[in-house]
Amino acid sequence: MRRLDIVARLKKVKRFTILTHIIAWAVSLIWIIPFLGVVMASIRPLPEILNGWWNFEVFNPTLNGFSGAWNHRTAPLSRALLNSLIVTIPSTFMPILVAALGAYSFARFKFPTRDLLFLVIVLLQTIPQQMVIIPIFNIAISIGLWNNYLGLILVHTAFALPWQILFLRNFFSVLPVEVEEAAMIDGASYFKIFYKIVLPLTLPALASLTALQFVWVWNDFFFAAVLIGSPDLKLATQAIPAQMGRLDPNWTVTSAASIIVMIIPIAIYVALQRYYVRGIVAGAVKG
Amino acid sequence: MSRRQIKIPLLFLTPALLLLTIFVLFPVVNTIYISLLNQEGEFVGLDNYAEVFGRKEFWNPQNLIEGKPPPYGALIHNGIWILVHLPLSVFFGLLLAVLLRDVKGGAIIKSTVFLGVVIPMIVGGVLLRFIYEADAGIVNAFLRVVGLGHLARTWTAFPQTILLALILGSVWIWTGFSMIVYSAGLEGIPMELFEVAKIDGASRWRTFWRITVPMLRPATIVVVTMTLLWELKIFDIVWIIQRGGPGGASMVMAVMMYLRAFLYIPSNFGTASAIATLLTIMTFGFAAYLVNRMVKS
Repeated sequence: MRRLDIVARLKKVKRFTILTHIIAWAVSLIWIIPFLGVVMASIRPLPEILNGWWNFEVFNPTLNGFSGAWNHRTAPLSRALLNSLIVTIPSTFMPILVAALGAYSFARFKFPTRDLLFLVIVLLQTIPQQMVIIPIFNIAISIGLWNNYLGLILVHTAFALPWQILFLRNFFSVLPVEVEEAAMIDGASYFKIFYKIVLPLTLPALASLTALQFVWVWNDFFFAAVLIGSPDLKLATQAIPAQMGRLDPNWTVTSAASIIVMIIPIAIYVALQRYYVRGIVAGAVKG
Repeated sequence: MSRRQIKIPLLFLTPALLLLTIFVLFPVVNTIYISLLNQEGEFVGLDNYAEVFGRKEFWNPQNLIEGKPPPYGALIHNGIWILVHLPLSVFFGLLLAVLLRDVKGGAIIKSTVFLGVVIPMIVGGVLLRFIYEADAGIVNAFLRVVGLGHLARTWTAFPQTILLALILGSVWIWTGFSMIVYSAGLEGIPMELFEVAKIDGASRWRTFWRITVPMLRPATIVVVTMTLLWELKIFDIVWIIQRGGPGGASMVMAVMMYLRAFLYIPSNFGTASAIATLLTIMTFGFAAYLVNRMVKS
């Protein structure tokens, strides 16, 4: 009797396991198919795509899509990709440095209005890009920072500060202060303590910030669309709509362009997955 | 080590405060101010807000009441986005997080689903447009296979279908976010709770509703807040596919703001700022409400 019970139960567990596996793999299929679609479309001539990229009666793989996207007449990715890097790299490291200094101040010092100031900065996190863009556009025009990467980099830097300060302050406040105190007794300056002791301990948090901020800036379209106008200065995310056009896109070229542009954030994510996810989960998400 | 002084902390904070003041704080105040001016720069009170609400592009409930297809106006479209997208992406995220814990290859599937959050939203828009194409799109191929071929069309080209097509597509893009947050939340639940439930003979279903869901409450609040903000600010995928068209059927607040400020000639910073301010008030409202609930619980 008892044995039969266990057998029945095992059977039930097994059926459940099989069911969950089927559901899980079916769902993941839904998620992978659009990616599979652009990969197939990027290596096939347009007529074959219009016939369905899942049909293989005729199959003439080609790299014309990639060369077309790379050397596009009006929005070549060869330049747009470089432009994106020129903007993204400083826009990744500048805010981290500035936020680290600020967050350290919030975590280690007591000063009047500290908590109020911190609250205001945290609240700024929810400000949509649309809420700041018109005055920023006006400022940029009037001081010559429109159509200028420096302007875009400064905007990205400022916009990243609220969540990075929050993230780093939380990180600093759980670091043990004894080492810093000992260093202070030994006569080290605050700045020396900061970059000799605190920053090295902060490396995992900095890895999270780097991964998230790089991907965020690389993926941004809105700030770039408003602040960068000349065709030869346009960034990678701006090149995609330019190449796709509005009617009857050349799917071979558009798919290839999409792959080239998305491979960078995907690579960052794969390389720094642990830190990336940790940053997301810590609530360090904005947009 | 709380040191009471002013000079050092201020020195550390100066770069951050300077940048935030110039590029965030001042612009926010300035946008509110611009929203109260007309094209000539004269103070007109709330006229721009009245104009925004008077435009069918923003607020057009008539079609909805009469049961006609969109456009219903940007505000209502964002509302529909929330009503459809929020429950679906939260549900799928939770489902995947729970299922994939015990599935072989679960980590790989998780990474794949999460790619939607990692890729540029502009590319997400390309992917959505592609799956919805008349002949080249996989969605129509699927419909033909299951015998619904007569429905096949370019889903993003018609006012009747574009809004829902984009919303469902955005579930595909965003579900990875809720899945990742829920996965982390699940790891935080002590295994003993599940073991005790098992010994007590609780069914899987009961364990899920009585232990898993309540223990995931903090994760749910984060997911719901972030998802709401994402839905309110949705821009890239709408922009690249139809710029709010056809005929305003996919218009959302962020796109309407961008069109009025930077594309229409003459541009109208007053009404664009009014839309931005409304968007921000809604964002703050949701965020404040949910943070408040989180603090209470």
